[in-house]
Amino acid sequence: METGSPDDTGTAGAARATRAAGAADRAEPAVPVRDEPVWTGLPPGLLHMRRLLLVVWLGLLTLAAGVLPALFLDPAWAALALLPLALMAWGWVMLGRNWRSWRYAERADDLLISRGVLWREETVVPYGRMQLVEVTSGPVERHFGLASVQLHTAAAATDATIPGLDPAEAERLRDRLTELGEARSAGL
Amino acid sequence: MTGPGAGEDTTGRADGTRTSGPPSPGAIDDAPLHMPNPHPAEPPNRTPGPTARTVESPEPDDTTTTGTGTWPRTGTGTGTGTDASPPVDDLVERRLHPVTPLRRAWAPVAVIVGWAVHDPDQAQRQLTRLTTTHLMIGLAVLIPAAALYGFLTWWFTHYAVTDTELRIRTGLLFRRTAHIRLERIQAIDVTQPLLARVAGVAKLKLDVIGTGKKDELAFLGADEASALRAELLARAAGFAPETAHEVGEAPARQLLRVPPGVLAVSLLLTGATWGTLLAAAVVPTLLWLATHNLWTVLATALPLVGAAGARSAGRFVGEYDWTVAESPDGLRIDHGLLDRAHETVPPGRVQTVRLVEPLLWRRRRWVRVELDVAGSSNSVLLPVAPRDVAEAVVARVLPGVVVPTGPELSRPPRRAARCRPLWWRGHGLAVTDAVFAARYGLLRRSLALVPHAKVQSVRLTQGPWRRALRLADVHVDTGANKTVTARLRDAEEAAELLRSQAERSRTGRRDAPPDRWMT
Repeated sequence: METGSPDDTGTAGAARATRAAGAADRAEPAVPVRDEPVWTGLPPGLLHMRRLLLVVWLGLLTLAAGVLPALFLDPAWAALALLPLALMAWGWVMLGRNWRSWRYAERADDLLISRGVLWREETVVPYGRMQLVEVTSGPVERHFGLASVQLHTAAAATDATIPGLDPAEAERLRDRLTELGEARSAGL
Repeated sequence: MTGPGAGEDTTGRADGTRTSGPPSPGAIDDAPLHMPNPHPAEPPNRTPGPTARTVESPEPDDTTTTGTGTWPRTGTGTGTGTDASPPVDDLVERRLHPVTPLRRAWAPVAVIVGWAVHDPDQAQRQLTRLTTTHLMIGLAVLIPAAALYGFLTWWFTHYAVTDTELRIRTGLLFRRTAHIRLERIQAIDVTQPLLARVAGVAKLKLDVIGTGKKDELAFLGADEASALRAELLARAAGFAPETAHEVGEAPARQLLRVPPGVLAVSLLLTGATWGTLLAAAVVPTLLWLATHNLWTVLATALPLVGAAGARSAGRFVGEYDWTVAESPDGLRIDHGLLDRAHETVPPGRVQTVRLVEPLLWRRRRWVRVELDVAGSSNSVLLPVAPRDVAEAVVARVLPGVVVPTGPELSRPPRRAARCRPLWWRGHGLAVTDAVFAARYGLLRRSLALVPHAKVQSVRLTQGPWRRALRLADVHVDTGANKTVTARLRDAEEAAELLRSQAERSRTGRRDAPPDRWMT
């Protein structure tokens, strides 16, 4: 079965040979392609924003859950406020873990995005398949100085978004991806 | 597989690719798609002939010999040199067939009839109140108004073929102009609904990603539609603009024709039919035992039987006389008993091919082959065919692809049984040098093939349960918005697969034929 080890099968070997022939004119050094990707994490801005939003919304809920039942029913009902409070603590930790799990790597020919703690997902998009690169930034994100980069291919299922980047980094990434995409562009 | 009337040598060819006999597969593979000059006797630089539209030539044998002397297509480079005529700049705008305004004529009648059936009392009362003068006035206003509307929409709809585009200009109040780029076409369909066949007209639809119902040309004269299809394909293939409208239809060679008997048996053997019939037998019996009321029993049994019959009959009528042929312009699929449809898929447009094998077909080794083309809604390549023949046809559709068989597909590791008991055995994966092949299903097996060049992105997903079992899924996304998934792979294997598949997808594109397939 070729699935496990494409490197030593004839097919991948042949592909590698043609690749090497094609890549000779490229300026890259002749390192093996199977290098470990250099991962980049997300800047802490996204975590700050999400945690702040969590605290604000759950704080309001805690307040409501603590005050309203105590006013209308019995003061003992104020214990209900512990529920959103616990949720807040749990969410605080979860957001941190989720933020740490996001990372991306620009390799010579494709972009890798990896994310998720319990439900892990890793996406590889060859630059030649990119149809458009989008930088978006909502009002809240703008306030925190964040922007996200989204990649679209011809397949709608391709879900390649990098959220919470520094706007300058997002634009650099967009320009670089567009440039690489043009250089390696391929049709459908 | 072929019926009594089908061309004899076509089965031989279809089988020949499998049996690697004296007509070696290589020779067959070379024949249609990449040879620029199928008729070597023909001089390559011919002068533009006077009778170019071979579709109108009085050849009775339609599928195999549509193209005549003008066919051997010369590429852009060779064709232009001898042409004395200057490049034509003036755009010839054409109108649709004059019966077009009538295509919605039945709508108001249907509305009135529907209303009368829905509410007979009210209709009766209104009808008695209606005097002759009222009727006359109504008709005198309505008919000219409808006729005028129909005429104006027809009058203001134009289409034109330029060197690179098909332009459709339409709209009376709200103008709409669609420019459809020809090198982006994924498929061309010419369809003829029953009434259109009576009137001798046809619909032409160009499948490009993002086109909708509005972008079809309905209706054209039947001959005009075939001529236009030939011209569009010739231009899309990269012929010189001057010669494009006279190269005519590409010669097609029939690969397969599904006999009606086989189609009927195959439809009887599908689970859906039997499921509905079983429900039609069980549910009324239970109702009879519960209520002893004949009317409720009939009221449930009849629709169930009707649904089973209607679905099978509908599929039979739609898939009747299914013919698959091959031409330098790609795959041709013709089918239909009442509504005829003629689909053309140019080379290199197929994104995914699926071989579906229902449980009851397995003993006969029959399969159904489906294909996905970006932007197209058609999905069936073969409604039913023996497995060998189907594999041969798949080898023609995806050149150089050998369909992996059972033992070549690797199963998930045994611990996958804890994730998906029993059904884990149905999953399988094979990666050859040309395709990514993933199978799923225990009773109704489905094997999906994606050429590496068509992979848009690769994803690996792993939920908590799979993670505990060290398993992962690998998804491969294609341009037809279909995702093929290899489920329950070993985690390390999946990670390796993710990397190597991205690599293969990138390099696989190098060998792919160009978008303009005759250049």
